[in-house]
Amino acid sequence: MNFETTIGLEVHVELKTNSKIFSPSPVQYGVDPNLNTNVIDWGYPGVLPSTNKGVVKSGIMAALALHAEVEKHPHFDRKNYFYPDNPKAYQITQKDTPDAHDGWIEIEVDGKKKKIGIEEMHIEEDAGKNTHGNKFSYVDLNRQGTPLIEIVSKPDIASPDEAYAYLEALRERILFTGISDVKMEEGSMRVDVNVSIRPYGQKEFGTKVELKNLNSFNYVRKGLAYEEKRQQRVIMAGGEIQQETRRFDETTGKTVLMRVKEGADDYRYFPEPDLPALDITDAWINEINDSMPEMPASRRQRYVNDFGLKDYDAMVLTQTKEMADFFDAVIKLGADPKMASNYLQVNVNAYLNDEQKDLSETEITPENLATMIKLIEDGTISSKMAKKVFKGITEGKEPKKFVEDNGMVQLSDPAQLQPIIDEVLSNNPQSVEDFHNGKDRAIGFLVGQIMKQTRGKANPQVVNKLLMASINK
Amino acid sequence: MSEKISKETVSHVASLAKLELTDEQLPYFTDQLGSIMGIFDSLNDVDTSNVEPTFSVTDQINVMREDVADNWGQRDALLNNAPDVSDGLIRTPTIIDESGD
Repeated sequence: MNFETTIGLEVHVELKTNSKIFSPSPVQYGVDPNLNTNVIDWGYPGVLPSTNKGVVKSGIMAALALHAEVEKHPHFDRKNYFYPDNPKAYQITQKDTPDAHDGWIEIEVDGKKKKIGIEEMHIEEDAGKNTHGNKFSYVDLNRQGTPLIEIVSKPDIASPDEAYAYLEALRERILFTGISDVKMEEGSMRVDVNVSIRPYGQKEFGTKVELKNLNSFNYVRKGLAYEEKRQQRVIMAGGEIQQETRRFDETTGKTVLMRVKEGADDYRYFPEPDLPALDITDAWINEINDSMPEMPASRRQRYVNDFGLKDYDAMVLTQTKEMADFFDAVIKLGADPKMASNYLQVNVNAYLNDEQKDLSETEITPENLATMIKLIEDGTISSKMAKKVFKGITEGKEPKKFVEDNGMVQLSDPAQLQPIIDEVLSNNPQSVEDFHNGKDRAIGFLVGQIMKQTRGKANPQVVNKLLMASINK
Repeated sequence: MSEKISKETVSHVASLAKLELTDEQLPYFTDQLGSIMGIFDSLNDVDTSNVEPTFSVTDQINVMREDVADNWGQRDALLNNAPDVSDGLIRTPTIIDESGD
């Protein structure tokens, strides 16, 4: 029997707004427990939530980034359940009128492109955080009310590799909107996975199994690959898949049964009476659309088509929005795209790795990098000198001034170089003779002597040209 | 008229609300909820076929707050009001993870 796999992904993205979704408490990480909480976050009686405009805007940005239809008349709903990290005993979310619906993103697996549909996406509040001790549990409500967007895929994903590609594409698009850090390791992106299999040709989907504890894209892929095989084994052996939740075990790469689901969840949703409904105007959507940052796929296309960069280089440059924006800024200042790409990928990246910093935390500016590249382009400095200049740039120095202050200007003037070349030639008749006898290596020695005389400042290209002309006279 | 509320429904709703009803209480509350539901049943007499659903009873629309953070400094007061506290955290009986998401 051959099976086809159906995967559905629910992705929670934590927004990096200044304040919470329904209260003005700050959204911050790593602060003292419960520091960023107020009576609204604790769900005190009589408090009134208010909708954060920045969250609604972020929702629209995400919708536009994922080609989704924005809901014009959204309202919020209450999802009722009891848990200590949920002090109101309900979560405010959107059930009837999700923020947006019917989107898609394109993925590529093994050179094949495919569109994955997005069923809907909605904005909602995050819960607090529980930690568990021996006899007690502990609750920190700092995260309570942090805005989330939940993005629900259509069951279009047919393999673990497609799931991985979908998550990559989704993360990248959200990252470039700037609304979230989308970091799995910091919990600002969380993935819930549903997977079922069915024999080819069968109309109905198989029974869904939910996977938990998938803390990286790689674990999602591994967990799905294991689960696909497990379900096939069960069915081939004449068994039945039960609706259950399984935990991915990072050390064994297997999925382990957590609990069997009995009956549908009963959250008794109803419209949230404390928050006025919203009316999203076309004017607002258009305004947001006009200010949307360019998406990475479009940038890559531009880098390859307009600048002649290789696919790989375009990929590296669009790894973060920061890097891509920086690259675009350097080009806009008139630097050569290939050189800019090279300096960003090699020198800048090496520096960032060594220093364990983000680009924004350094002294490197697009202006200074562009100036340095232009100095190399017009022959003022050699690429060897550029290494020192780059170091200067990382210390916040302006390249032109740095080059002057350090007497680094490359000697390119033939009128200055010619006397030095003549002197070297007349001091080394043996090498000149060797050259005429066909020993090309003699040239290297002569160039070395010229460099020595000029303390490395001579422009190698100009030296070569002048030297060849002189020696062949 | 909608169906009369059953003991099973009441018991299900009670468990969702984390309430434990004794064998004596279950028929008592089933009867009570039955009469309450009976009153709401009169709403079924109203023809709502041309009425837009109501999601909010205020006529306010698009009332939103600008995204400006403001810490009201209420942590200590809130923690003082919590039944049990440890190192700035709210202390609760051990939680067995049963959250759906």
